[in-house]
Formats: sequence, structure tokens, C-alpha cells
Amino acid sequence: MSAATQAYPRGGIAAVRNLFRDQPILPLTGLLVILVIIIGIASPGIVNAGWAGVILRTAVPLAILAGCQTLTMLTGGIDLSVSAIASMVGFVTATMIHSEGGVAQGIAISLAAAALAGLISGIGVGVFRVHPLIVTLGMSFVVLGLANVWQLQSVQTGAGVPDILRTIGSGLQFEMIPNSLIVFVPVVVLILLMLRRTGYGRLLYAIGDNETAARLSGARSWQVLIVLYVMSALLAGIAGLVLSGATNTASVSLADQLLLPSVAAAVIGGTSIFGGRGGYGGTIVGALILTVLAALLTVLGLPEPTRQIVFGAIIVAVAAAYTRVTGET
Amino acid sequence: MSAAAAPVGATRADPAGAISKFGRRNAWVLGLLGVLIGLFLFTKGIQPRYGPIPIQGLAVSVLPLVFAAVAQAIVVIGGGIDLSIGSMMALTSVVSATLMQDQSEAFAVGVVIGVLLLGLLIGGINGGLVVVTRVPDIVVTLAMSFVWAGFALLVRGAPGGGAASWLTGLVRGPLGNEWIPMAAVVGLVAIVVIWMPLSRSRLGLSIYAIGSDRLAAFRSGVPVGRTRIVAYMMTGLFSALGGLALTATTGIGSPVPGPYTLLSVAAIVLGGVSLAGGRGGVFGPIIAVVILQLIQTDLTFLSVDSNLALVAQGLLLIAVLMVGSLIDMRRNRQ
Repeated sequence: MSAATQAYPRGGIAAVRNLFRDQPILPLTGLLVILVIIIGIASPGIVNAGWAGVILRTAVPLAILAGCQTLTMLTGGIDLSVSAIASMVGFVTATMIHSEGGVAQGIAISLAAAALAGLISGIGVGVFRVHPLIVTLGMSFVVLGLANVWQLQSVQTGAGVPDILRTIGSGLQFEMIPNSLIVFVPVVVLILLMLRRTGYGRLLYAIGDNETAARLSGARSWQVLIVLYVMSALLAGIAGLVLSGATNTASVSLADQLLLPSVAAAVIGGTSIFGGRGGYGGTIVGALILTVLAALLTVLGLPEPTRQIVFGAIIVAVAAAYTRVTGET
Repeated sequence: MSAAAAPVGATRADPAGAISKFGRRNAWVLGLLGVLIGLFLFTKGIQPRYGPIPIQGLAVSVLPLVFAAVAQAIVVIGGGIDLSIGSMMALTSVVSATLMQDQSEAFAVGVVIGVLLLGLLIGGINGGLVVVTRVPDIVVTLAMSFVWAGFALLVRGAPGGGAASWLTGLVRGPLGNEWIPMAAVVGLVAIVVIWMPLSRSRLGLSIYAIGSDRLAAFRSGVPVGRTRIVAYMMTGLFSALGGLALTATTGIGSPVPGPYTLLSVAAIVLGGVSLAGGRGGVFGPIIAVVILQLIQTDLTFLSVDSNLALVAQGLLLIAVLMVGSLIDMRRNRQ
């Protein structure tokens, strides 16, 4: 991408640069379309509405988890506990399928546990000012360990992913519209509205841009951060519910392999890991790009090791091109 | 976010002043050492048979993570972070195990040297990409963790291979006195031989300088880009030592990265290295690794569920840092 822009006259470079910086979604969508076209060429006839539905269905849990990373990264943080929390919520819900309160009770209890984990992380980050990376890392150990304990306790009661989660997670309407949009669309609308239209959203950007300035302007950053990490944990829990439904599995390590891609999706989507810049729209496209990329590498018939290498190399290349074009880090 | 450097005591020449200065500068490490000794006594208390043999086992089991923690400490002191350490360890481990299988003992010496050079190379690639692309460290190394893990799988699809008997002998048993585990001596010697000259050299000072304040270091004439690459190369070198330790302690190489990346981050922060860069050393993280492992051993002796041990480690990590951060905040207020 950067090579192509070099050929423009000087005014053109500035225009392209501004486009990338202000509307990262446009070039990212272009990249997404290019990837889809390559898949269409590599395997003619595979790209159709049904295929798009399956891709979207695969991308939804990743996009929600990447939302957690986007929100925390806007304040200069990161949330490494999302995969442990997502797995825990999916797993605990599945083990409570035979309890009296049924599925609703399982979801309520597991999401409450997720919120508690987020509350503790938020206090660690907001009040005690410990680095978010390390607080959420420690929290992921705690959540994973407790989920394992719960697993040993509940082994005899039997478990299964509830039917309703399976329907939401893996069902397709008209063989092309994933049911999980019922969950995903409200999540997207809420996050976008929050970031663009509410004072709380402004505060997230303000704290990420310059926390001292935000605090001196009267923002109570510790309250903002506690709410943020509770919200992130709840979003992770929702992603876990969708993921367990989509894969029809409940395991304490279900979402582990999504942790690094969730960070990558937010970064590719144009959110700065240092805070203050970015948004959820780019992240969603980033999650779609990663999902389509994984599908492309599978379609090309590359063996697993090569897929991993290419996957990593492309993340670096996209991030580098983005940095080069916008001149920002 | 992290506090400014600890106030340095008056530079008096009297020995008492020097000792108190040393104590203040290394308060965190000395505290960790105290905790470690307390833990050993506690372990002996709950399990009177805890003696030389379990201590040798402890040294063997912590060795890979000790190297991983040192690797992470160096790059974080330089103001970066490397999330590909676990993958680099997997790659170097499978390469060494594959090359050493059914080969002569002498050939294995060449393999070990080659693998250490490989560590320098892949660490240098990480650092070069960080410097050239100007993409944040965490993003580049995160992506490179896929790349190195992919290469590890290319080398060997499943765990296997072999290790030269002198290499496995290097980490097994005691050295002289039965209370001195071979693995601990080998690990410490490797770290001291590489780290001590480095940290006392101009290069080591430059690594601390760019981690503390990159702009100030640049204006003082430190070649920032080159120094960052060297820091990453050192991280690659210690990751390779970690990979060799994996091969030596297990006798095979596994292409699947262990939990070393995230554990190394936890260990260095517990060990007094600031994630903001420029502060800390490698000995705090080493003690922290041993403490974490010993807590797990103790909980096993107390027949606590091993999963609760994980919970305890996580809570300990958060609690210790909260306390450390509180102390920092109070000191700043005064």
C-alpha cells in the first residue's frame, strides 16, 4: 500500500494520508475486498452469500473481543483477561444447564462473575494505578484457575451448550444471515453510540490522549476506568456465550486462541495501542480481515505452519504500511 | 504512570552510607530474597523431608522460565516488550533437538553454538522490524510470535528429537555439595557471564537510558535504533538459552510454545522491573520465578488443588503490585 502511495504527487500523498488517518475504514474495506477477490480467484464459485454468512458468523466472537481491546486501548490500556473470561462464561453457563433456573440463571451467574473480575481489574488499574497489562494478566490466571476448580466440582452433573446458545451462535437465516447478529448488532450500536455521542466516550479518548490533562479538567479517571474494565469483562462474557454456541463446545480454554487476534484486529483497525486514537468501526473491519485472511490461507491449501507464518507477516506488514502512510504510531 | 526513579542517597564515602544506599537501591530485590528464604523455611516446616533432591528438582523445573524472565527483563528495561519469547523458545528448542538427534556429542557442541546464534538472529529480526517499521513493540512481537511458532512447526510437526547426553547432564544432579543443584549453577553462570559485562558496559547503560527516556538518550548521543536492536538480540539470545534449557530438561523439543511469554511478563514485574522501562535488573525476576514455583510446590504439599495454586499466583501478582504501587504513590506525595 505504501509503495502505491509513493507514486502520487505531493498533494496526493497528503490527501491519502488524511484519508487513512480520518477514515481508516475506507482503505481497510478496500483491503478486505481485495482479499475476498483473491479468494474468489483462488477457488472460483466459493464466494457467495452463504459463504459471507459463514465468515461473518466466525468473525462475530472475535469482533466482540476486539471491541474489549479497542475500548481499553483507547485509554492506553489493554485487556489480556478477555479470553479467560469468555471461556469461563461459556463454560459455566454450559455446566448449569440442568440447574433449576436453567439457562437464564447460568448466564446471569457467569456474567456476574465476569463483572466481578472486571471490577477487580478496574480497581487495580484505576485506583492502584498498576499497569493494565499486568493486572489483566493476573486476572486471567485467577479466572482460569477458578474455572478449572469449577470444572472439577461440576464434572458429575453433566454439561452441554444450551440449545438457545447453539441457535444464536451457529444458526443462519435463509442460509446467509447469522443469528448471532441479534447479539452483535446491539453491541456494535451501543459501542459506537457510546464512543461518538456520550460524554463517557469522550472521556475514554481524553484519558488515553493525556490522562493528567483529563484529570485536571475534572474527569474522575478512576471511575471511568473501573466502569471500562467491568464493561470489557461483560463484553468478553457475551463473546464467550456466542463462541460456545458457534463451536458447540464448552471448555475453559475455548477462547484462548482468540486473545492475540483480538489485539491484532484492533491494531489493524487503526486503534493506537498508546491510546487516544481509534474507533470500533475500524476494529470490526480488522476482525473481518483477519477472518477472511485465515479463510484465504485455508483455501490456498497452505499447511498450518505456513499459514501461521504468513498470518503473522501480514499483520506486521499491514501495521507497518498503516504507520508509514499516516506517519503515526 | 510509574514513579520517577527512587531518590538516590547522598554520595557519602563511609561504608555505612554505602550499605544503606545499596539497600535502598535494591530494596525490592532484597525484599524478594527475604520472602524466598521465608518460603524455604516454611516449606521445610510443612514438609520436613524437603531437602537436596527436591531442591535439585526445583532448579531444573524453573530453569527455562528463569531464562525467559531474563530475556523479557532486558528488552523491557530498554523500553520495549517481547511477546514472542515463548515462540522463540519453542523454535530454538525444536531446532536443537532435531539437529542433535542421533548425532555425536561433539557435533552437539556446534549445534548449541548455532542455536545461540539463531537466537541472536531472530531477536535481531524482531528488533529490526520494531525499529524500521516504527510499529509499537507489542504489536510487532505479537505478530512475530505467530511467525516463530510457525517456523517451529515447520521444523518438527510433533514433539520429538533428542538431546546430547552432556547437555542433559548439565542440568541434572548436584555440583559438588548435594545442596547445590547443577541447573542453578549453570543458569546463574550463563546469566552472569552475559549480563554482568553487558550491564556495566556503555551498551548496557545505553539500554537503561533509552528505556528511561528515549528522547533524552537520543539527545545525549545514544544511537537509539541500534541499541534497541541489540536489546532485542539479547532477548533472542536468552530465549535461545531457554529453548536449550527446555531441550536439556525434557530431552526432546516441542513445537508448541509453552506459557513462557506471559509468565515472563508476570515474573519481571514481580521482580521489580518497571514496564515503563529503564528500571530494574535481571536478578529480581530470577528470584520471582523461584518464588512463584515454590508457592506452587507448597500448595501441593498442603494438598491444595493445583488450580487454586494458579488462582493464588494471579492474586499474588495483583496484590503485590498494588502494594508496590501504593508505596510509590505515598513516596511521591511526600
